[in-house]
Amino acid sequence: MLDIRNLNARVEGADILRNLSLSIKPGEVHAIMGPNGAGKSTLGNVLSGRPGYEVTSGEVSFRGKDLLAMEVEERAREGLFLAFQYPVEIPGVSNMEFLKAAVDARRKHLGLEEMSSFDFMKLARETSKRVNLDAGFLKRGVNEGFSGGEKKRNEIMQMMLLEPSLCILDETDSGLDIDALQVVAAGVNAMRDSERSFIVVTHYQRLLDFIVPDHVHVLAAGRIVKSGGKELALELEAKGYGWLEDEVA
Amino acid sequence: MNHTVDKVAGDFQRQALQLAGEQISAPWLDRLRFEGSEQWLAAAWPGRRTELWKYTPLQSLQRGNFSRWGAGQRCDLAGDALLSLDAIRLVFVNGEFDAEASACEAVEVVRFSQASAEQRAIIEAHLGKIVDTKRHLFASLSNAWVHDGVLVHVPRNVTLEKPVYLVHVSTPEAEAATVNQRALIVLEESASAELIEHFISDSQEQNGFVNTLTEISLGANAKLEHYRMNLEEEHLLHIGGVHAVLQRDARYHGFTLAEGSTLKRLDYQICHRGPGAHADLNGVYLPRNNQLLDYHTNVEHEAPHCTTSEVFRGIIADSARAVFNGRIHIHPHAQKTLAELSNRNLLTSDKAEVDTKPELEIYADDVRCAHGATVAQLDQTAMFYLRSRGLSETQARTMLSFGFVNELLQELPREEVREHLHRRLHLLFAREHFSA
Repeated sequence: MLDIRNLNARVEGADILRNLSLSIKPGEVHAIMGPNGAGKSTLGNVLSGRPGYEVTSGEVSFRGKDLLAMEVEERAREGLFLAFQYPVEIPGVSNMEFLKAAVDARRKHLGLEEMSSFDFMKLARETSKRVNLDAGFLKRGVNEGFSGGEKKRNEIMQMMLLEPSLCILDETDSGLDIDALQVVAAGVNAMRDSERSFIVVTHYQRLLDFIVPDHVHVLAAGRIVKSGGKELALELEAKGYGWLEDEVA
Repeated sequence: MNHTVDKVAGDFQRQALQLAGEQISAPWLDRLRFEGSEQWLAAAWPGRRTELWKYTPLQSLQRGNFSRWGAGQRCDLAGDALLSLDAIRLVFVNGEFDAEASACEAVEVVRFSQASAEQRAIIEAHLGKIVDTKRHLFASLSNAWVHDGVLVHVPRNVTLEKPVYLVHVSTPEAEAATVNQRALIVLEESASAELIEHFISDSQEQNGFVNTLTEISLGANAKLEHYRMNLEEEHLLHIGGVHAVLQRDARYHGFTLAEGSTLKRLDYQICHRGPGAHADLNGVYLPRNNQLLDYHTNVEHEAPHCTTSEVFRGIIADSARAVFNGRIHIHPHAQKTLAELSNRNLLTSDKAEVDTKPELEIYADDVRCAHGATVAQLDQTAMFYLRSRGLSETQARTMLSFGFVNELLQELPREEVREHLHRRLHLLFAREHFSA
């Protein structure tokens, strides 16, 4: 699904990712943990092609294609999805128009016809129910006036509508109370299957109680310093990140 | 040195007056017309050094060879050109009333020519008295030209159930014709009404000159919802003004949207005369090609405890030019005033231009005022967000540019207006270069 080799990236002149390598197979859930400033969010932003994140060397292959050669929107249409840590408010652009345009772009790429407005409306309503969002929000501006929890649930809803192959959740648990966390986790778990992969970026172990990963990686100073199974997350929860940084040093 | 220009300007003034003079009207309007003629002829023609017209040259008006449009004319508008709205509807084609297209059975709404003695007294008491002709040159021409117009008079404590919908159509047959449009809205104490003014032309070829003037008197605690849509095509010259006076606790809610044309100059003059009055005015302007679109707004806070909120947004495409001048004047006695004015612009080409000037003049010490004017860029984070969901860069730009003006549309309480403009702007954005 995804093969990252010796990836180096910089943001505003500072080297953030250093020789990062990671391989993800279809159906796997990888958690990426690490202290603040380790480069966790940078990884998601680099993979999705955010302007300002400059890849200096390395290769990324996504479903057999050169990911780094693609434009932001091509990556999305190809099936990469980044759930934002801070979803953007876009007043004046209705959720419904935005979501339909996104779904149509993906469908067109897959050689499918655009959905009729009626069918899409129906699908959007059903999906909003699955993440406990009132259907009235579809008429409102994108994330306009949403609470932190509503914004994150909207991200999960977009993920459900777009049915991506690889989902990157960038600290989706930050700022969520336990109820919202469970809604988000249930949404993610419902989408897990043998073809779809996830990268769950988080600072805390708590999310991983609900979304149980196959692999856990610790990112420090821009590279993966330790990998293991789900029990690694518990170890980190108990000991913190300090011992790893010492070990690396 | 400016001899030639002066001569041409003078010609226009005389020609316009001659056309005005040919207009036949009821004798009781003679006095207003005479005064208007005097003022119009005596007025200095605006030039580059005239502050109120600094960025808006009138050559296109001076160059025109105008005639008066007399004959009745039906128009064939596309089925969706008008709002489908249960309203008191008056349609004017090239300034002439079109009875067939209208539906105006309401005692509160009457044309000047049909006014009863009582209504005539109301017209005489207000018409030409709300507008300041010294500050608004074309108002004196309008006075000189008055022959018909629409009076909306709502008595004390009455709420007009249906909106008043005034449609002004310009057709290509009226080439180089001049049209004078007049409306007078008088709401007595605690009365309330909704007014929708809709200007359209059914062809790009229209090149007439339309001079419109709407005067509004709001009594104590009266409330008016007012929409004004300037959707005429390319070549029309439109000079228009809305002039309102608000008594104690009156509320004026205004929305205006204009597409550009060769020359469009639109003035809003709002005067808070009694304490506790409130006005909000939102506007959208969308000039393109070589169009010129000029909004001048002026709010006079003469009384204490009044509030004003004004938001104007524009997208300027191609080689078009926009002018926005928003003045708020707070008089010495107008303590506890709250006033806000914001103007934001998107330029979608290197040749597009906007001249924006917010002016706050404050002569009271206990007031809260804010103003700001910017030439904005599309939000790069929002761009990335949309593209990360698969939208192309062009799609994302169009969506964000549309959103920039739609923010003001989506708040409109009148659904039919909102939907109509939403549809129209969608088509416009798909066809023209309004994406930043």
